[in-house]
Amino acid sequence: MKIAPLFEAQAEPTDAAASKCAIVLTTRVRLARNLSGQPFPGWAKEAQRSAMLSESMAAVAGLPQMKKGLSLTVEELSELEKQILVERHLISRELSTAKRGAGVVISRDQSTSVMINEEDHLRIQVMRAGFQLKKVWNVINTIDSEIEDKLDYAFSPTLGYLTACPTNLGTGMRGSAMMHLPALVISSQMEKVVRAVNQLGMAVRGLFGEGSDASGSIFQISNQTTLGEAEEEIIKRLSSVLNTIIEHELNARTKLLESDSNKLFDKIGRAFGILQNGQLLTSAEVMNLLSLVRLGVDLGVFAEARRPVIDRLFIEAQPGHIQYAAHGAFESAQRDRLRAQFLRAEFAKFGPPDFNVTGKN
Amino acid sequence: MANSLKCDLCGKPATVHLTQIVNSKVHKVDLCEGCAQAKGVTDPSGFSLADLLLKASLNPEQPANVVRCEQCGATQADFKKLGRFGCPACYEAFKEIVEPMLGNMHKGTVHVGKVPQRALERKSLYDRLTHLQGELDEAIKTERYEDAARFRDEIHQVKQTFGEKTLS
Repeated sequence: MKIAPLFEAQAEPTDAAASKCAIVLTTRVRLARNLSGQPFPGWAKEAQRSAMLSESMAAVAGLPQMKKGLSLTVEELSELEKQILVERHLISRELSTAKRGAGVVISRDQSTSVMINEEDHLRIQVMRAGFQLKKVWNVINTIDSEIEDKLDYAFSPTLGYLTACPTNLGTGMRGSAMMHLPALVISSQMEKVVRAVNQLGMAVRGLFGEGSDASGSIFQISNQTTLGEAEEEIIKRLSSVLNTIIEHELNARTKLLESDSNKLFDKIGRAFGILQNGQLLTSAEVMNLLSLVRLGVDLGVFAEARRPVIDRLFIEAQPGHIQYAAHGAFESAQRDRLRAQFLRAEFAKFGPPDFNVTGKN
Repeated sequence: MANSLKCDLCGKPATVHLTQIVNSKVHKVDLCEGCAQAKGVTDPSGFSLADLLLKASLNPEQPANVVRCEQCGATQADFKKLGRFGCPACYEAFKEIVEPMLGNMHKGTVHVGKVPQRALERKSLYDRLTHLQGELDEAIKTERYEDAARFRDEIHQVKQTFGEKTLS
């Protein structure tokens, strides 16, 4: 398997240290960049795409940040490998279905990935565990400047970085945070939050971006507009929206504990029981169960050190990862059995819950 | 009927009226029930009025005169169909349809963020070099040798700066 090295190294998506901010799982910034004087990937002929792919791939793979990284073209990847990369958020669904002449360069720690010939020539992405928007922006800004040394970007002084779709024009930047908001979901406040966030020009999506559902109470919040505002301003505005959402989630948790702590702890206890003993588990169900156990960690029911385990399982319980671990292709019913088996093993060593907590939230 | 509003997308009587404030600008859409459902307006997660407005403004209504991007050959119709441009030069070629869209879509219509400083410097040096090379060839052809010597010196100078830039 071409992507085997991804499972050998310590990786940002699955092994990051416990973050201080429990509500924000990961922060990510992506930049859309294009080569000057070249047709965008969707319009380019195959030969043009291949030429741009090899030029860009060589430039990106040569960055110091990509030392010992992986350079992969879509042609050389199997369906399963592409699915795994999507589940780890290293490539988009769009790239996984791309025609010939597209690829990705992934850093050894999987915190940085550069997709080539997706919607734009380059989609640079930097990801970190926890709430670190500013830091992530600084890191990606440096990488972008280094790529700029080697490739000529399409840029207009008035319109900024030119992108295939005008919705990304200007900074070409999308900052986003993956947020775990179980209390807002349980207390049916999410719709209200989504509306408020939308009105502030921010988008709310499910775990796997556009069109995906919010299983596991995980939501992706990102800026919608990219032109007319500097990157730092967008980051600042997004951060303040994220902080407000965190506050609402914490309030919702306090309310749930005050009004209905038995009911809440019952949900968490049952989730734990099913993960420990279930025999057939779909990935949607597992996402929701893991979400409840993660809430349990936040409330002190389980040890703090268990949170990174849950965050890793959010990824490893996905269909592609289950099949990779079992070395083969399996029907969905068989996957549910394998998934349950995998989770039983993980939760056998998880440590018992302690419900004698008075909301250490 | 009291309600004379028509769906912005298909023209049927509109029953869903939506207002969204993006960056303190008010956007309004009127939709019939079918379109509202098809566009996911009723699903508050993942719905963005900006996307809808983009698609609505792309809906082919009047057959515009065919504007073609000289660089890549894409037409306005291609953009309307795909929602994406053919190449960076399309922004100039289709200026008239892009510019009115940007105000609805974004916070402003002029870029105020990062500028690829190093790339721009490199490009201006490169342009200068090409220009000087042309002048030099012309001077030699017309036997203006003093001018030619001057251009050669300048080229040498620019190349030195260029070399330093790319090496550093």
